[in-house]
Amino acid sequence: MKEFINQGSKDTRSGFGEALHELGSKNHEVVALCADLIGSLKMDAFARDFPDRFFQVGIAEANMIGIAAGLTIGGKIPFTGTFANFSTGRVYDQIRQSIAYSNKNVKICASHAGITLGEDGATHQNLEDIGMMKMLPNMTVINPCDFNQTKAATLAIADHSGPVYLRFGRPKWPNFMPAGQPFVIGKALLLNEGSDVSIFATGHMVWNALQACKILEDQGIRAEVINIHTIKPLDEEAILTSVIKTGCVVSAEEHMRNGGLGDSIAQLLALKHPAPLEMVAVNDVFGESGKPEELLKKFGLDVPDIVAAALKAIARK
Amino acid sequence: MLSIQELEKIASQVRRDIIRMVHGASSGHPGGPLGSTDFLVALYFKIMKPDHEHFTLDGRGEDLFFLSNGHLSAGWYSVLARYGYFAISELGTFRKLGSRLQGHPATAEGLPGIRMSSGSLGQGLSVSIGAALAKKLNQDEHLVYCLMGDGELQEGQNWEALMYAAGKSVDNLIAVVDYNGVQIDGPNDKVLPLGNLHAKFEAFGWNVLTVYGNDMTEVVATLKKAQWYTGQGKPVMILMTTHMGFGVDFMTDNHEWHGTFPNDEQTKNALGQLHETLGDY
Repeated sequence: MKEFINQGSKDTRSGFGEALHELGSKNHEVVALCADLIGSLKMDAFARDFPDRFFQVGIAEANMIGIAAGLTIGGKIPFTGTFANFSTGRVYDQIRQSIAYSNKNVKICASHAGITLGEDGATHQNLEDIGMMKMLPNMTVINPCDFNQTKAATLAIADHSGPVYLRFGRPKWPNFMPAGQPFVIGKALLLNEGSDVSIFATGHMVWNALQACKILEDQGIRAEVINIHTIKPLDEEAILTSVIKTGCVVSAEEHMRNGGLGDSIAQLLALKHPAPLEMVAVNDVFGESGKPEELLKKFGLDVPDIVAAALKAIARK
Repeated sequence: MLSIQELEKIASQVRRDIIRMVHGASSGHPGGPLGSTDFLVALYFKIMKPDHEHFTLDGRGEDLFFLSNGHLSAGWYSVLARYGYFAISELGTFRKLGSRLQGHPATAEGLPGIRMSSGSLGQGLSVSIGAALAKKLNQDEHLVYCLMGDGELQEGQNWEALMYAAGKSVDNLIAVVDYNGVQIDGPNDKVLPLGNLHAKFEAFGWNVLTVYGNDMTEVVATLKKAQWYTGQGKPVMILMTTHMGFGVDFMTDNHEWHGTFPNDEQTKNALGQLHETLGDY
């Protein structure tokens, strides 16, 4: 299989912070808002160099979402920053009415998504955010896989007109996508060609899918790995093309099974091309405190879980 | 320049529109908009005088208005139509299938004059702050106005916004509370007492003005005074006492007319109390 090399692990949120800072100079309409988490969101550089366009709103996320929506009236492109939990569930109705229904050009940027948030535990480990956001008409939902891709995605959404939910994480994670690769919203990336099973992964799980692919290769199984960085709009063509070739599917995501990427793929397959599907996701339980790698193992999101799901999907063909 | 008398004539017609729209739709909220009609008429026709012929969502170079308590839509739509944003005949489509005049204000249908959806309460002040901040960034000297309900102040987001606007000196913003003392389930004091709003707003760091909102002369004078207070480091709040259902005796101060439509006989009775000054739609 094609080799993907970790260029040195970095947190995806730092990719967001670097790109936001770059946008500060590139696009003078870009403004940023934060709810008392500047350091965690890596917004320090933007706040330092563009103080007039940076709004510290305090621990008041509902107000932050409303202010961001209002800033678009006057042509600003607001990027809000807080944890995924406070970026979605806490402010769902504010997003629904003032951003999605009103179709405002706000970029909701959410860090510390998923189980790999780690030790803070279930109160902060949001595993429902993709589901909540993808249900909203007008909303684009993006979940990049590493530092480089998060940076590219952050730059790309500034040029996209309309509401966007951009999801990224807390831990240092392998950085393997080519630096500077332009990010095309809604265009899935084929990382490894295969013929026996299609693995559609998003976010941190793309790296795990590539590791699983290697193990499967050693067993004589050729897995196709596709990076679904945009959950909505879903690249249906890329998914169907792959499934027609391989005949079975694994989805892998750091999210609840209900409402996640697997759920979107299941819908697509049921409607257009029924095929066996195995979902690697958290299944209707809350997370808990622990180290990211321990949690991935405990909640069934580790490399061996993807390998097992692939074997199971193939057996069901 | 329109005289107070001319503004009162417009207000009478707007009140007729509200009754006829809600009756025509067999649904909607007559009480709130009847109470805040004088304010909306004064704001559009005397104070803001926005450019209705070149409406843009951005609203650069003009004053902006946001309606936080979106259920006052009938009154706002009437004022927008009477001001010239769209044909008054369109008022007859209120709340009907395919209409741009949705039950609560929306941007999706592209109705000129509306820049933000509202109806789910407590969000308008935050939005207005955002628009006011954008004006500052754009070096646009114009002001942002926001109307809120009193019952709506029970939503916590308002207090986040009140804290922010004062704490960060958003002084190109004039917020107005339609203080009619009633909400769907009854008087504010019975549902959840609001306490001393004047003292609360002042404690939060706002410049607070009070006005009786069903007297056109007072409303115009207070809005002018509020304009004078802008640009001095503090946001401006107008605590505007009104009568829900003002202009129609059997609706006045009666919370049952918050969200009830009048039947044919009640409509006839109500219209008999409101002069047709500009011609019905």
